[in-house]
Amino acid sequence: MRVVSAVIAIAVGLLVLLGYFLPMAVPIQTILLEWAVIFVAVAAVVGVINLATVHADKVRRRAKDGIYSAMLVMGLIVAAGLGLVLKPQNSFMQAIFLNGIIIPVEASLLALLTVTLLYTAIRLLRRRADAMSITFIATASLIFFASATLPFGDMPILGTLIRPWVSQILALGGVRGILIGVSLGTLLTGLRVLFGIDRPYGGK
Amino acid sequence: MNAFIILILAVVLLGVVTLWKRRSSSAVREIPAFTRLIRSLGLSIEDGKRLHISLGHGRMTDGRGGSAFAGLALLRNVAERTSVSDMPSVASAGDSTLGLLTQDTLEAGYQAAGVEDAYVHTIGRVTGLTPFSYAAGAMYISQNENVSTTIVLGNLGSEAGLIADASERANVPLIGSSDDLVGQSILFTSAQEALIGEELFATGAYLNDDAVYSASLTVQDIFRWIIIVGLIVGAGLKFIGII
Repeated sequence: MRVVSAVIAIAVGLLVLLGYFLPMAVPIQTILLEWAVIFVAVAAVVGVINLATVHADKVRRRAKDGIYSAMLVMGLIVAAGLGLVLKPQNSFMQAIFLNGIIIPVEASLLALLTVTLLYTAIRLLRRRADAMSITFIATASLIFFASATLPFGDMPILGTLIRPWVSQILALGGVRGILIGVSLGTLLTGLRVLFGIDRPYGGK
Repeated sequence: MNAFIILILAVVLLGVVTLWKRRSSSAVREIPAFTRLIRSLGLSIEDGKRLHISLGHGRMTDGRGGSAFAGLALLRNVAERTSVSDMPSVASAGDSTLGLLTQDTLEAGYQAAGVEDAYVHTIGRVTGLTPFSYAAGAMYISQNENVSTTIVLGNLGSEAGLIADASERANVPLIGSSDDLVGQSILFTSAQEALIGEELFATGAYLNDDAVYSASLTVQDIFRWIIIVGLIVGAGLKFIGII
């Protein structure tokens, strides 16, 4: 079975890749990608079932903070039930679940994140007082300080010369370097998966 | 055409360098995050605690899946090493397809260790399908499930800060890396040990003896030097007005 799954994965991967270079392989590529979209949709359902199973198990075991798991499972059942009956685009569904719960909760987490990041930046030097950390804090502070707008316009020299130079020359160069490294890593990781060396779909 | 040439060159180089590496072993430079990771693997079993590997929310159907595959390679290794522990490692993912692969990878690790009966499907979890809901679920695991170390590896944005903060509040060290620039900068400030850029993709070479992983690093280095030379030559030619 493991061999079969590996053969299927490698064959499909190669056919999809060929579609990018050979026009005659495009129809096969399109069919395979359409199948992939259906599989992803099915995987989303399986993912939700997994989430519900984990939390239902916590409720059954009466685990610590099980009340939150119970709320999650109940919320899931209510949202899924109402969604099937009313359809997700229904104004009641949008008002209660999207605008009433999902967006406010995510906005709260975003607000919490802002405080967390400030706190983390302050603690960075206590955790790791090396040259990289000092450079990081110094650069971030410089950019923040130089971004401040004064009543008469941008801060002289710092805001007009140093900040653009740091952000558009040094930082942009660093960003490109990191992205090139990530792209190369992704390319080689993809090749390992394509040739069955890494098998995240199972196999010893 | 250019993409095809790069692809063929990468395949040929990977094959040649792998054969070369199999004949002569080579050392990799020390990266503190990997040293700490390898130490945590041993310590988690001795301490009777578990590792939490969080793989982000990279989708398999786009370019962000690359980092997820790197995370899965790490997970496979960790699962094999810690499957015999009383407190097996737990993995979280923020994408349903990645969640399925997480479970399959964990199961493969247990099979390789010969303890497939000990595998429980709830150790591989989809904690949420949006970045923040995923982070909320991952935060809970780090704080409440007797975790010794949290390893965050994959595609994460700013929500990585919440996972890092939760780990810190629970006195759980965090090792992390993301292929996203925002996530990477946040993990740099908040993780005990952070991996920068392509170091994320080097986990295989540091945890496996197989020559193909160190060959991957060498091929990346070769490509990087080609790009560096190309940039310098291009800038020089532009400077003197040829292009």
